[in-house]
Amino acid sequence: MKNYYQKEIETASREEIIAIQNEKIVKQVKYVYDNVPYYRDLMDKKGVRPEDIRSIDDIRKLPFLTKDDLREAYPYGLMGTDLKNCVRIHSTSGTTGKRVVAFYTQKDVDMWEECCARAIVAAGGTDEDVCQVCYGYGLFTGGAGLHGGSHKVGCLTLPMSSGNTDRQIQFMMDLNATILCCTPSYAAFIGETLAERGYKPEDNKLKAGIFGAEPWTEEMRRNIEKSLGIKAYDIYGLTEISGPGVAFECEEQKGMHINEDHFYVEVINPETGEPLPDGEKGELVFTSLDKEGFPLLRYRTKDICVLSRKKCSCGRTLVRMTKPMGRSDDMMIIRGVNVFPSQIEAVLLKEGYSPNYQIVVDRVNNTDTFDVYVEFAPEQFSDKIADVQAHEKKLDGAMRSMLGIGPKIHLVAPKTIARSEGKAVRIVDKRKLHD
Amino acid sequence: MAITQLSAFLENTPGTLYKAVSAISDAGVNMRALSVADTRDFGILRIIVSDIEKTKAVLSDDTLVTETKVIAVRMDDKAGALRNVLKVLQDGNINIEYVYAFTGGKTGSAYVVLRVNEVEDAEKVLEANGIKSLNDADFDDILA
Repeated sequence: MKNYYQKEIETASREEIIAIQNEKIVKQVKYVYDNVPYYRDLMDKKGVRPEDIRSIDDIRKLPFLTKDDLREAYPYGLMGTDLKNCVRIHSTSGTTGKRVVAFYTQKDVDMWEECCARAIVAAGGTDEDVCQVCYGYGLFTGGAGLHGGSHKVGCLTLPMSSGNTDRQIQFMMDLNATILCCTPSYAAFIGETLAERGYKPEDNKLKAGIFGAEPWTEEMRRNIEKSLGIKAYDIYGLTEISGPGVAFECEEQKGMHINEDHFYVEVINPETGEPLPDGEKGELVFTSLDKEGFPLLRYRTKDICVLSRKKCSCGRTLVRMTKPMGRSDDMMIIRGVNVFPSQIEAVLLKEGYSPNYQIVVDRVNNTDTFDVYVEFAPEQFSDKIADVQAHEKKLDGAMRSMLGIGPKIHLVAPKTIARSEGKAVRIVDKRKLHD
Repeated sequence: MAITQLSAFLENTPGTLYKAVSAISDAGVNMRALSVADTRDFGILRIIVSDIEKTKAVLSDDTLVTETKVIAVRMDDKAGALRNVLKVLQDGNINIEYVYAFTGGKTGSAYVVLRVNEVEDAEKVLEANGIKSLNDADFDDILA
């Protein structure tokens, strides 16, 4: 199976790729300097002029962007063009309630959808396929990205969005879906549900699945492949850079090829910011080489990965990244949603609780469980169950609106959550997410 | 007058009730009445004790404790006695949050503890119908 969506790029020589990157970075840095005052200030402070960037290697001279910058510049401060030239907004959760809002021009959308198309074709997709997209549609990039990619490939697209498993299964079986796009945990759940209803893996017409937006293990991959009778492909992306399709897996299943004609990747030492050579573990940094609406340069993802430029038997020459092996910050991905402990802390303080809390995350039957243990404030305690439950419910609502996902709240007696000397254990993540 | 009930927060895990009761017992306090309301995650222990301050002191090391005024009434230990009390409260439009009852003390007696929102109103309608609302001292005497 040697399928490419854009063969000339996907199998280009290293020299060709570098030539493309050299050309794009010079233009892009000038574009950003001219159009994004926020980044211009950062460059000026660092004493870097656009003309200092003459090739892709000069990228190291540029300042980094972090999520803090995105928050500071929210909502319009990092746009590269006027609102009237933009056609779309996507958003992701961010720290302390401020969301990351990214803007797309039509050209940005087309480029992003092409990246997703490369992923679908790498998973064996053609215009004869029926592609069932059950990532969430809406502000989340998952649904829109794969939907657009599926159109580009010419698949018959089933825009299911997430949830309603009965309907997912009905459409999958009745309309002969051949490619499934969703989070790995939802794929596993669909597989289990099919088995419970007496379906065998060969009863469905699926051949491939493209799964991302949350961490998953090789073991989980094998289970999904077995239960659905498919080959499961990983996909990586982030809203700040575009969405899913920044990198995608080929049939080798040995790391994800980064679409480096659009997204230049570096791995850095998260402590020093120094770039690391291939094969060394560090924080992923992306530079969008040709985006217009939200053109981030040297954006620190906080995802810890290793890069490899070793030859891949699929014929693609695009650099490969491992699955993220962890984070250099404390962000958790729970049921596909980004959750920061600082958000939980902010809600607790606002609602009058002690900031001594504990988050317990686990994965039970392929679904993430999310429990937050909170110490009661003495004045909130009452002899009436209904009063106590009303406090729980109010806190639950506040958490939901801050996080976009509802943890199970457990009110506990004061001083019962362990206070260790120094750093308290705020997060207990029992999921085995990394091999 | 009413009587004082202590309520303590109990996590819904093995041993929490034992721990609370042990603390009370170690303090030499006698419990007159006890009930536990439970939910999925936690319970609320409601007790009437011989020494409120001592009990509060020993329990509040580990958990949350709150004092609540509740109505206690003595009845004859016979069919229909509780119904009469409830009828009076219903006619007086008093809402009951929760209730627990027990027999004992003097022979032929039964007692009911009622948590109502308007304690004074409840006492008034009870008194008007010849039902005495017990105070802490009465409660001690009766059960002694």
